[in-house]
Amino acid sequence: MSSSKIVLNFPKKLIDQPIVYKLIKDFDLKFNILKASITPDAEGIMVLDLDGDKKKIEEGIKYLKDQGVRVEPLSKDIKVDWEKCVQCGACVSICPTSALYIKDKKTMEVAFDPEKCIACELCIRPCPPRAIEVHYK
Amino acid sequence: MKTIAEINEKIKKGQAVVVNAEEIIEIVEKKGISAAAKEVDVVTTGTFGPMCSSGAYFNFGHTKPKTKAGGGTAYLNSVPAYAGWAAVDLYIGATALPDDDPRNKIHPGEFAYGGAHVIEDLVAGKDVRMQITAYGTDCYPRKHLDTWINIKDLNEAVLFNTRNAYQNYNVAVNLSGKTIYTYLGTLKPNLGNANYCSAGQLSPLLNDPFYKTVGIGTRIFLGGGIGYVAWQGTQHNPNAPRLENGVPKRPAGTLAVIGDLKQMERRYLRGVSFVGYGTTLNVGIGLPIPILNEEILKYTAVKDSDILAAVVDYSEAYPTGKPEVLGEVNYSQLKSGEIEVKGKKVPTSGISSYSRALEIANTLKDWIKKGKFLLTEKVTDLPGPEAGIQFKPLTERPARPEE
Repeated sequence: MSSSKIVLNFPKKLIDQPIVYKLIKDFDLKFNILKASITPDAEGIMVLDLDGDKKKIEEGIKYLKDQGVRVEPLSKDIKVDWEKCVQCGACVSICPTSALYIKDKKTMEVAFDPEKCIACELCIRPCPPRAIEVHYK
Repeated sequence: MKTIAEINEKIKKGQAVVVNAEEIIEIVEKKGISAAAKEVDVVTTGTFGPMCSSGAYFNFGHTKPKTKAGGGTAYLNSVPAYAGWAAVDLYIGATALPDDDPRNKIHPGEFAYGGAHVIEDLVAGKDVRMQITAYGTDCYPRKHLDTWINIKDLNEAVLFNTRNAYQNYNVAVNLSGKTIYTYLGTLKPNLGNANYCSAGQLSPLLNDPFYKTVGIGTRIFLGGGIGYVAWQGTQHNPNAPRLENGVPKRPAGTLAVIGDLKQMERRYLRGVSFVGYGTTLNVGIGLPIPILNEEILKYTAVKDSDILAAVVDYSEAYPTGKPEVLGEVNYSQLKSGEIEVKGKKVPTSGISSYSRALEIANTLKDWIKKGKFLLTEKVTDLPGPEAGIQFKPLTERPARPEE
């Protein structure tokens, strides 16, 4: 078993298709919808945490791509601008998954683990220098 | 016993023994106070956190024909600046906001750009748009000015902060059932998190709790450059309750600081936005402490576990001005990532950056070791506990009692 967080970008023509349903039915994948929205120009965005057999996940992702869905790993879409970050740690107790964490209790340096991030966006506004950006491309 | 003059001689020769306020803890543990006081000449401290009572003044130079901004209005990148001075002097405060910023109309507001960001942009060398409206006089006829300015062209640009480097601070929590938005960050409901704001064992005034060495005129690291202690800061409260080691358990002493903005760095002067609260300036300050005797050294060896802070409810006690405290925790517990409040484990966040504070203490250490920074004798003392200062709330005398 393995898990993988992905961002699905649905073109306009696929918006009304039950594509994600096939992931359960045909590929036996479990998933948790972390975010789902439709942009003003009718493109769909969905963030999924997929859980299942590694080979099945690959097949499922291939299926999505074949349908015309753009699939990207989630970690690509959340960025901490370390140039802007003031290393305070305001984000650390806000982050529900400890993706934002204190790397070293001696120096109290703040770090980001994209693997743990679920893109809930709770950290975005509490960050005083607004150093965290979420991009859904 | 050493004098500042003797220490400066060693600094000039590159022979001074300089350590930061973290390193001194271990040195004292290993060698004892007496030996450490003989060996070490200077202990450097540091802090980098939001300090709202900050701002900068500058003189932008006369125009042709001349303009008198005083009594008129002034905007820097749409943020209002204070113009109630002579012709071409302005002061921009960290928390000033553009007139059209929606503030908290849709709560919680974003506060994306304010006076603190203008200061950051100036320091970064960016052009800033200045708009002046004046009423015009015979000697200063011009009524409008709309121009780009740059820090390098200003006659003087001076950071002048009226309250910085708070000696200890509250730990903020939220006992209510809804999220609140404060100057100590976003506080989740029902004790969801606890935010603190001090560099603890590295913090300048926690290492000199009775202001034995720091005083008016003390040269410091300020915003990446050199600054000076101008006065005690506003709300300076040396009579806050103290522990046996002299360290205040509540917000106590403060510093007013001043320095040439032109030699400062963006890395240590940053405009920040607290959602639902407003803008403020993150200021970097480093205070050198000359080890003149064993008593002064003993204070610098203070460690996180020896410094207590009060846990305060920011949903009710703080806004209504009640003195209630939910408990006391030390900085070692705060930095562990979790404290216990009312029997509940609460995750913690720092609002002041410890890692950047350490960087400042180390930078100052480096300057002193290289002979680039000499220590100063204070011109006069800051008020200590013996001064009998009372930190007073406002006693209102309503001007319109019928309301």
